[in-house]
Amino acid sequence: MSVIVILMLASLVVAIAFLTLFIWAVRRGQYEDVETPAMRMLTDDDSDRRKADEKGLQPHE
Amino acid sequence: MGCRMVYQLLKDRGLDRFYELEPSPGIRPSESSATRAYEHLDADPIRRQLLDFTNGRLARVTFSIPAIHCAACVWLLENLYRLNPAIGEARVHFPRKTLSLSFNETEITLSAVVRLLVSIGYEPAINLGSLTAPPPDPAARQLLLRLGVAGFAFGNIMLMSFPAYLGLNPADERGMHHFFGLLSILLAMPVLLYSASSYWTAAALCFRRRHLVIEFPIALGIIALFTQSVVEILAGISEGYLDSFSGLIFLLLCGQWFQRKTFASLSFERDYKAYFPLATLRREGSATRSVPITSLAVGDRILVRHQELIPADALLVSGDACIDYSFVTGEAEPVVCRPGEHVFAGGRQTGGAVELETVKPVSQSYLTSLWNNAAFAKPRTPQIQNLTNRAGRLFTYAVIAIAISTGAVWLVRSPPQSLRAFTSVLLVACPCALALTAPFTLGSAQRILGRNRLYLRNATVVEDMSRVSTLIFDKTGTLTHATRQNVTYTGDALTDTEQTWVAALARQSTHPASRRIADCLPPPSPNLAPTAFSEVPGQGIRGVVAGHALCLGSPAFVASDAALTEAGPYVSLDGTVRGRFAMQPTYRADLAGLLHRLAARYNLVVLSGDHPQAEPALRQWFGPRADLRFEQSPADKLAYVRQWQEAQPGGVMMIGDGLNDAGALRQSQVGIAVTEDISLFSPACDAILDAASFHQLADLLAFARSSVGIVKAGFVISLLYNTIGIGIASTGRLSPLVAAVLMPISSFSVIGFSLLATRWAAWRHGLS
Repeated sequence: MSVIVILMLASLVVAIAFLTLFIWAVRRGQYEDVETPAMRMLTDDDSDRRKADEKGLQPHE
Repeated sequence: MGCRMVYQLLKDRGLDRFYELEPSPGIRPSESSATRAYEHLDADPIRRQLLDFTNGRLARVTFSIPAIHCAACVWLLENLYRLNPAIGEARVHFPRKTLSLSFNETEITLSAVVRLLVSIGYEPAINLGSLTAPPPDPAARQLLLRLGVAGFAFGNIMLMSFPAYLGLNPADERGMHHFFGLLSILLAMPVLLYSASSYWTAAALCFRRRHLVIEFPIALGIIALFTQSVVEILAGISEGYLDSFSGLIFLLLCGQWFQRKTFASLSFERDYKAYFPLATLRREGSATRSVPITSLAVGDRILVRHQELIPADALLVSGDACIDYSFVTGEAEPVVCRPGEHVFAGGRQTGGAVELETVKPVSQSYLTSLWNNAAFAKPRTPQIQNLTNRAGRLFTYAVIAIAISTGAVWLVRSPPQSLRAFTSVLLVACPCALALTAPFTLGSAQRILGRNRLYLRNATVVEDMSRVSTLIFDKTGTLTHATRQNVTYTGDALTDTEQTWVAALARQSTHPASRRIADCLPPPSPNLAPTAFSEVPGQGIRGVVAGHALCLGSPAFVASDAALTEAGPYVSLDGTVRGRFAMQPTYRADLAGLLHRLAARYNLVVLSGDHPQAEPALRQWFGPRADLRFEQSPADKLAYVRQWQEAQPGGVMMIGDGLNDAGALRQSQVGIAVTEDISLFSPACDAILDAASFHQLADLLAFARSSVGIVKAGFVISLLYNTIGIGIASTGRLSPLVAAVLMPISSFSVIGFSLLATRWAAWRHGLS
């Protein structure tokens, strides 16, 4: 039965990894606005955004 | 025409995809904004306060743009850099309707950015309130983290409790059970210390204030649940109840999260600052300069143009003032002032530019001093006396009594079992289902009301709404349409051809009165354009249409000699006065039916700032019992609400729209602001009602009452479960398995009941 203990620990490690990711996402503010990204991905044009990025006008936080 | 300009601009820059994204995006630069100057935004104190960040080269600013309404708006605004290369990254926050963008300050000024936005139809709302940004709310993020931790622990502990659910005997695999038990305790620790911490602080607060709230029995229940589990696991008696423990906290936090529904783009906290503009034109010698209105001093000469707000109480120095106070005092008719007379802050000038001399600073004016009233000083704290707490109090006493007597009985029968029986009662009686009923019912009611265009500040307003016994209405803008007016013509009848001539003339002017007259007359053929057209601001318009001299305006303007007694715009044709157009406020649709339904249940009151002309009409609808008061100042309204609250039991609901209702909205138990356009200014209130849903007010109130009835029914159901649980626990036979079954059944059935019953109630009251 000790194999269950090992499996349990492995699943716990995976779960902790997801919890950490979740905490990281919440802290980064990814859950502040869940509506706009949904609209953005329908219309966004990748090449355009890259152009904007190249201009280096983003603030460095 | 404005639309075509925008289209050209977008097409030139390859942004015409905007029109493919949405079949009718419908953006059009508003006429009033096109002429407005934004240079004052570049002045240093204002610029610094508006910018979120600047290093001299790169600047970042956040605008609130009420016009954002679709995916195409998001796309266009985020591609703003294509219209001007000095603009960098732009991000839209759709729920809040804000645009946050970075731009290169050496290449483009803040005012130019704003002008660019205005030119494509997205005018940012910049007012005195924009200078003091609201602090971000960290509680939502905090709650999400707590929820995540609790959910994580719940899932994993449940996984480890499976052997127990399957009925495996702990004695078979003692080592494994012990290991899983210890792991469960480890996982439950963050839930106890972090996820449930709001219950500890609330329970501690309730001790200090000697006031029992629902958090107290919950804290008692979860602490009993946790300690008994730890004791049983360590002693090897059972697997403990840690799955129930973390599951309960997870569900309770879900309830909190569900109840936290907010309408991010609406503000329920606005004061006069959100209504007044940022800057005004001050005369300095022969020149004028744009200055922040907060820096206006007594004695300053200021210039107020057509459709601008008067920023401070002042004396009229020169010009013809025709001031629309409808939003400030509730007077429907604009007031004509002569030089030397006082004008009050908040009025909107219509006509030409006027020069004023300020007599009071902005914050001390007749209108804004309302905010110095004590009613605004005390923060609006959520009521402790809510339904859940009242039910919870009775419940707590009962549970503690049962727990002690059970413990006592067991002490006599078999002393070693008595402590366990005592804690068993406490843990099974944890009023979690009780605490879940209100958040889920009221949260769901808030969403349904939102769908019907009544936007509540928070879910507890539903409870307050169900308790009111008096409804106080404002007249102008609440019972009547804010913008629409009935135009009636009296005098010598005009032939159909003559009517089209008047319409052709009136169409040339942007004055609201001309617009309304043009709207009510038959449309003229497009080639019927007046020649020799002239407009004298504040007076009237004249021109020649089809060879006839037409004149439309004030008595003195139309005929200087004739004794015309009434104020409304007169019309003259070839020098003879033909008649006058009278503008009457239009009452909202089906007002009589609505008031008839409301009168059956509520005391009705009208507090109007307007003249008592409308009394006969209102009396007929409101019935003989209603108290109708006119010429009420903002302070009178506040005082009336306070008096009524002292004299009468039951709550007061104020339904108003203007700044003059702000005091009464704040003082009443429930303040509802009615607005034609929810993105426009509305004073601080508990709920914002879209004027399109005004006729449903009786249904909305009835639904709020039903929702509270559902909460009470939910209490009964959850008490039933608790009684069963306590019955089992007091016999001393509560096992982890029973707890693990009872907990989800009671919680989920109460949640399901709440959600289904509110939907049913909404359907029954004819709400969508």
